[in-house]
This record gives sequence, C-alpha cells and structure tokens, in this order.
Amino acid sequence: MALLSVQRLTKSFGGLLAVHNVSFDVFSGEIVGIIGPNGAGKTTVFNLITGIYKPDQGEIVFDQHSIVGKAPHDIVKLGIARTFQTIRLFSNLSVLENVMAGAHCRMSSGVLGAMLRLPGQRREEREKIEEAMELLGLVGLQDFYDYLAGSLSYGNQRLLEIARALATHPRLLILDEPAGGMNERETEELIKLIGKIRDKGVTVLLIEHDMNVVMKICERIVVLEYGSTIAEGTPEEIQSNPRVIEAYLGTDEDE
Amino acid sequence: MAEFLQQFVNGLAVGGIYALIALGYTMVYGVLKLINFAHGDLFTIGAYLGLTLLTSFGLADRVGPGVAVLLLVVMVMGFVAVIGIILERVAYRPLRNSPRLSAVVSALGASIFFQNAVMLIYGARFRVYPQNLLPKISLNLLGIYIPLVKILVLVVCVIMMVGLYLFIQRTTIGTAIRAAAIDQEAARLVGINVDGVITLVFIIGPALGGLAGLMVGILYGQIKFTMGWIYGLKAFTAAILGGIGNIPGAMLGGLILGVVEALGSAYISIAWKDAIAFCVLILILVVKPTGLLGERVAEKV
Repeated sequence: MALLSVQRLTKSFGGLLAVHNVSFDVFSGEIVGIIGPNGAGKTTVFNLITGIYKPDQGEIVFDQHSIVGKAPHDIVKLGIARTFQTIRLFSNLSVLENVMAGAHCRMSSGVLGAMLRLPGQRREEREKIEEAMELLGLVGLQDFYDYLAGSLSYGNQRLLEIARALATHPRLLILDEPAGGMNERETEELIKLIGKIRDKGVTVLLIEHDMNVVMKICERIVVLEYGSTIAEGTPEEIQSNPRVIEAYLGTDEDE
Repeated sequence: MAEFLQQFVNGLAVGGIYALIALGYTMVYGVLKLINFAHGDLFTIGAYLGLTLLTSFGLADRVGPGVAVLLLVVMVMGFVAVIGIILERVAYRPLRNSPRLSAVVSALGASIFFQNAVMLIYGARFRVYPQNLLPKISLNLLGIYIPLVKILVLVVCVIMMVGLYLFIQRTTIGTAIRAAAIDQEAARLVGINVDGVITLVFIIGPALGGLAGLMVGILYGQIKFTMGWIYGLKAFTAAILGGIGNIPGAMLGGLILGVVEALGSAYISIAWKDAIAFCVLILILVVKPTGLLGERVAEKV
C-alpha cells in the first residue's frame, strides 16, 4: 500500500496545461526524487499535494485518505510537510521561533490555556522547546537558536526550513530543491541529513536539479516533462533511459 | 513641576486608553494588512454596554462596586469580542481575496452601521455613567493629586499590555500569530490555521477596544455615540506613531500621544488638543513613515 498515491493529476492555468495526467506512488520509508527540465510542472505537483492549488482532475490519496480539496493546514496535520524552492522562513522571528511555529499544529492546549499560563500548557510548551532544540541539533543549527532567521546563511536557511517542517511531525517530507544555493560541502551534509531523516521513519519526496544529489540518495525517480510523466524507475534505469536523455540533452536531430 | 507631573499622569491615563485601542488596529493590520475602520465603533459599543450593565441591569447595586467593576470588565470584553468575530465573518472574510480597497470600503460601511445602531438603541444625546461606582478618593503623591480611578485605569492598561506582550512573545500561539503576520501562505504550510489566527486577532483586538470604551465611560462619566470616531482616529495615530503592525509600538505610541496631548493642552491651549495629536501624526509621517518601532514600510491601503 502506497503512503502517497498521485493518480492522473491534471492542472491548467488559463490555457497552460501545467500538469497533465501525472501518476506516481510513494511508498513508506522511500526516498523518491522528481526531476525534469525547468517548467516541467514539478513545483506545481508539490503545490497540488500540499493543497495550495486544487487539481482540475485526478486524485491524491495519502494514507488511504483523499486529500484533494483539504485546506493546507489540515494536510499538514495529516502528516505532509514541505519546504520551499524560494526560502519562505519567518525572517523576523528567531531560529527557534520558526521551528516552534511548525510545532504549533501539534499542540493540544488551547488559547485560554496559553493566556492563563495553565501548568499543563506550560509543560507542553517546555517539551516543544526541547523537541525544537533537538531538531535544530539534527540539522546542525542549535548554536544559532536565538539568531533571527533572516540573518542565517542561505544554506543554513534551507536547513532551518527542514527543521521547521520536521516540527510538524510529518510522515511524508516534501523538499523543493533542498540543495539549491548550497556549496559542495553543504550539499554533502544535506545528503547525510536526508538519510538520517529517512532513518527516523520519515518518507522523503524531493525535487532537485543537482543530479549528483538525486542519483546518490533517491531510490526511485519520477521524470516529468511538459507536465507529464515520461519515465519512472531506479537511478540506473533513469540514467540509461533514452527519453530522459532526450529531454535533458535534446535529440541528435537538433544538432 | 507639580503642574507638569499632574499633566504627565493625566496623559499616561489617556495614553493607556489610546494604546489599548491602538493594539486592535495594529494587530488586525499585522495579520490582514487591513485598517479596521470599524474598530473605533467597537470601542463605543464597549462604553454603551458598560452603561447598560450599570444602569438598566443595576450591576453595582446587586454585587457591590468592587465585584461589579471586575464583572463589567469581563462581560464587556467578552461581548465586544463576539461582535468582533461577527464583524470579521460578515464584513471581511467574504472579501479576503478581493482588492484591498473593497475591504476598506466594507470597514467604513461597518463603522457607519455600528454608529447608527448605537444611536438608534441609545439615542443621539450624551449619556451619563453612574457616578457612585468608585469611591472618589485622590492619592497625594509628590505634591500632586491623582484620582483613584485614573490609577485604576492606568493599572488595567498596563496589565493588559504586559499580558498581551507576553502572550504574543512567549507562547507558541503567539509565535503562530507572528508567523501568520509575516507570511500567511508559509504559515498555512507549516500547519498554522490562519483563519483561526485571524479569528483570534478579532477576539483580542475588539475585547481590548471594548475595555477601553468602558474605561472612558468610568473615567469621564459621559459617552456619546460618535465618540468612537475621535478616539479611533487618535488610536490610529498612536498605532502609526509606534509603527503599524508592531505591538510594542502601539503601546509606546499610545502612551506618547496621550502625554504629548496632555502637556500640549496644558501649556499651549486646550483648544489645540486634537490639532496637537494630528500634528504628531503629520510629523511622524514626514520624518519616519515606518513609525518609531516599525521596520516594514507601511503599504498603501
């Protein structure tokens, strides 16, 4: 049984068919990559899964529940978290507060409890702060916890987005170009981190342009072009697939 | 010197009231980028509701003045908060994705509606608060006389402001509110119920505004259905002064405006009281349009 099953997903904006009949499954515990040239519809697929857009047609099933038409914050509650291609941290908040913003959806005590500072609420708050610090430790940002998020380096901002997403306790983590703007050393660290996250039992779905990253960590790869799936398989299969090579390098006739 | 101190304290009490109202403007602006022009009328409703509870309901005779004041505060805040929630649902939520000007027009419409509703219910004349609510004692401090009621007003304002500040800064829900104010879509995608945050803002802001109305009734003894306009405008000035969208800024702006106004009317002329307040607004817009504590440039409404 797939954790996430995307079935015949279609979405158009005006006359532009951004995603056309895209289907793929993600199984529990996998690391799956989505690749494709610019404008192939990768981010649109992510936006459809996370509820920013509603698909025109098709079905998205997460853990045997249809999530089409659900509000983004409800989808997060079901266990799907994401990061963004263009970093969207709360830049005026501290690093720790950014992670706490992600933890908020898993808090059980209500507004009244917070206003009156009830003991149960205070205990929960302390636990969440400890958990947030652990997550910052996981991504290696624990020493920066009281810095403003906007003051971090680009690579560290990407790591903070991952920590913030993990604070929502996802079962599926969606990463939109996590290595974008990272240098070689940071990318190596990122690859290790994604492995660690998977070992904690979180399934990972990612878009990435850096083929080095994709081929190293993904167990399965889905290739999109012009909004449609053109190939699916293991890194070896994808690397030798003629349609993929054509999509990336152009055909011989073009020369 | 005594005169100066006296006016300074007077200014602080009024300033505290401005600050409470200003918090409602600034919180709504922070999350929705909307100036809630009906906020001043929620303040009026708070004042009239207090009047009803005291006169028609005879709250003070039933439970004694001390408990009555406490009950008044709780009931007025609760009732005005409910009106705030309804206001958001009816006047603003349906226009969430419309051009911003539509919401501003809707806000002005809601303001006219509330003002006329209050006039129809209570009449257009001044109404008077019962004067026997609090004992008329003045405290003698450093050679100046401060009426007990002013001290109470100031204390309540400070408690509310400090409480709100801690709530926003120290709790996870406060963090969620600040996160939603920075980037609504990103907030949604980390699991924050942004509609819930907006509802919460429309509970806190109107509750504080209604409380301010109640305190003006108790402090000055007379209220009028149009009073929300000038108080709203002053509080809006205070919010701009501190930097709109910035919560400590609204508090600081309110207190400064109250003190400047009080000193201005004492040393220049009481007739210039409103003019002085709005000169402050013009000055801040010319010199530092982002306000004293504001960082982000206020966008065009």
